[in-house]
Amino acid sequence: MSQPLDQDIRRYLAGRARWHPFEIAFWVVALASIFLLSSKHLILTEIAILALFALSLDLILGYSGIISLGHAAYFGFAGYVAGLLAKYNIVNEPVLALLVSGLAAAVLGFVTSFLVLRGSDLTRLMVTLGVSLVLREIANQAGWLTGGADGLQGITIAPVLGLFAFDIAGHVAYVYCLAVLFILFLVARRIVNSPFGLSLLAVKGNPLRASAVGISVNARLVAVYTLAAGYAGIAGALLTQTTQFVSLDVLSFERSADVLLALVIGGTGYLYGGIVGAILFKLMQDYLSNLTPQYWQFWIGLVLVILVLVGRERMTSWTTQLRTLLARIGPRADSVEAVPAAPADVRAAPADEH
Amino acid sequence: MLTILFDGIAYGMLLFVLACGLAVTLGLMNFVNLAHGSFAMAGGYITLVLVNRHGVPFFAALPLCFLLTAALGALFERTLYVHVYAKPHLDQVLFTIGLVFMSVAAVDYVMGSQQQYITLPEMLHGQINLLGLNVGKYRLLIIVLCGLLTIALQYILASTRFGSRLRAAVDDPRVASGLGIHVSGIFALTFAVGSGLAGLGGALGAEILGLDPTFPLKFMIYFLIVVTVGGTSSITGPFLASLLLGIGDVAGKYYVPKFGAFVIYTIMIVVLIWRPQGLFARATAR
Repeated sequence: MSQPLDQDIRRYLAGRARWHPFEIAFWVVALASIFLLSSKHLILTEIAILALFALSLDLILGYSGIISLGHAAYFGFAGYVAGLLAKYNIVNEPVLALLVSGLAAAVLGFVTSFLVLRGSDLTRLMVTLGVSLVLREIANQAGWLTGGADGLQGITIAPVLGLFAFDIAGHVAYVYCLAVLFILFLVARRIVNSPFGLSLLAVKGNPLRASAVGISVNARLVAVYTLAAGYAGIAGALLTQTTQFVSLDVLSFERSADVLLALVIGGTGYLYGGIVGAILFKLMQDYLSNLTPQYWQFWIGLVLVILVLVGRERMTSWTTQLRTLLARIGPRADSVEAVPAAPADVRAAPADEH
Repeated sequence: MLTILFDGIAYGMLLFVLACGLAVTLGLMNFVNLAHGSFAMAGGYITLVLVNRHGVPFFAALPLCFLLTAALGALFERTLYVHVYAKPHLDQVLFTIGLVFMSVAAVDYVMGSQQQYITLPEMLHGQINLLGLNVGKYRLLIIVLCGLLTIALQYILASTRFGSRLRAAVDDPRVASGLGIHVSGIFALTFAVGSGLAGLGGALGAEILGLDPTFPLKFMIYFLIVVTVGGTSSITGPFLASLLLGIGDVAGKYYVPKFGAFVIYTIMIVVLIWRPQGLFARATAR
């Protein structure tokens, strides 16, 4: 490789990975919420968990174009793993249990990825949905282990790192979730800004051409699917640890649909989309379920329909515009956000392997 | 053994009537319609209201239900679905999930969340002896009706002018419209008929599959399996896939009740590993 090109690539990657002042501001605000919004920590915890879950879906949907209707499979699986680890005192320390659960979900993701990656969009919809339904049925049938339809009860979670015990107001839980979200966000940010992340975008754009320039498409997809499953697993384990309860609900279709909706509201294909979407979705859900406890799903459905009819690009273009605007304000902005624009279209290229 | 086979065939036939509309619309417009089950549910509830509340005879309610659901399908197609055809699959998925959520909540609001039963006429109760085999009259009716429908559909697709236009449009919409075939008109009509058939299936299936507001969610995976396993290029593919699924599901629930629910998923996974493009798909994938 010639020297100038090498340097160009280095400069480009460094530019992509550079921290923007507004990103720092975002996390400062998140940090401030620990102290300023201490009465809202319960819902903030839910938001942080959903944000992490949406972030994991964004890795496969926004960065590699795989549509999943069953992402809750990994979320719920790890949720049960975390519950069982704590209930039977196998791994007591929450952080360690979190890692074990995430790893378990990643292994499941790796195994199922080979099924998911075969065939077209439609087949993927069926398989992802099928995998989550199979897991739900297993959890339902294996009542001796999972408690079946009653849910897994009697979980007690040890203090985090042996120091911070979970309290009833959820302060420790929120700080814990936010810390996990932040660390995993950093990791994801590092990954999507690496050459590997760029190759994923190439695969999403056009798998045929990506393989023509020497990217092994399937290996990349398997890798990112495994990673996303691990992320979803950690989110599920967080939910178990903070609520000290798991039920079949964590594997339901609604959970997969909710996270898809949250991500789409925030915008796919940039890491903050999941977080922003989770905040908006939870606030909307909270408001609607206060308004009509039984029928709030109707309004969620209406939001989806309108979102698509008006045009997802148009509805979420404010995020794109905001980002270009922010990038313009930011220092040495030209190389930061110039290329990864237009994240909205997630269509997998029509040409499959054949 | 034979009874199980018989029940399985009835179940499979029902699935076919429910899902065949989806197979055709999917093949025609490459449109992922997860809300297909909502039309089936609509048909079920329309029949329920007609029969239970207004005392319409069951056999008169069925064609009425078909017409009403088809009209509903045409209305939705012309007002909402047309805007989504050209959009990416993700948008189609989101849009139709939204419709499913809305239909589930709306039916829950209007009809209540409990399981509903359509009052069947006296003559459909009980069993009948057929060639030394005791079979339920209602299931026999389903097999006969759905069998007739399948033959009619096959005839329309294979031997009429409309059928050849439809097949041309499925094979290649662009060339078909270049030849002067009104593809979007054909599609609207097909969508309406497909929705009507789904509604009919929902009405007939209320007794066997159950009818409650979560119907579209519960059977979404069945429809997807029928369509992906059977392929969208012909009507025989989904038909055989439905029979396979129906017999597999009934036999699984009877012989291994604990693992009955896993049988269909096992079928799905095996087929997918063996023939990722679907059991009966043509060699050329588009």
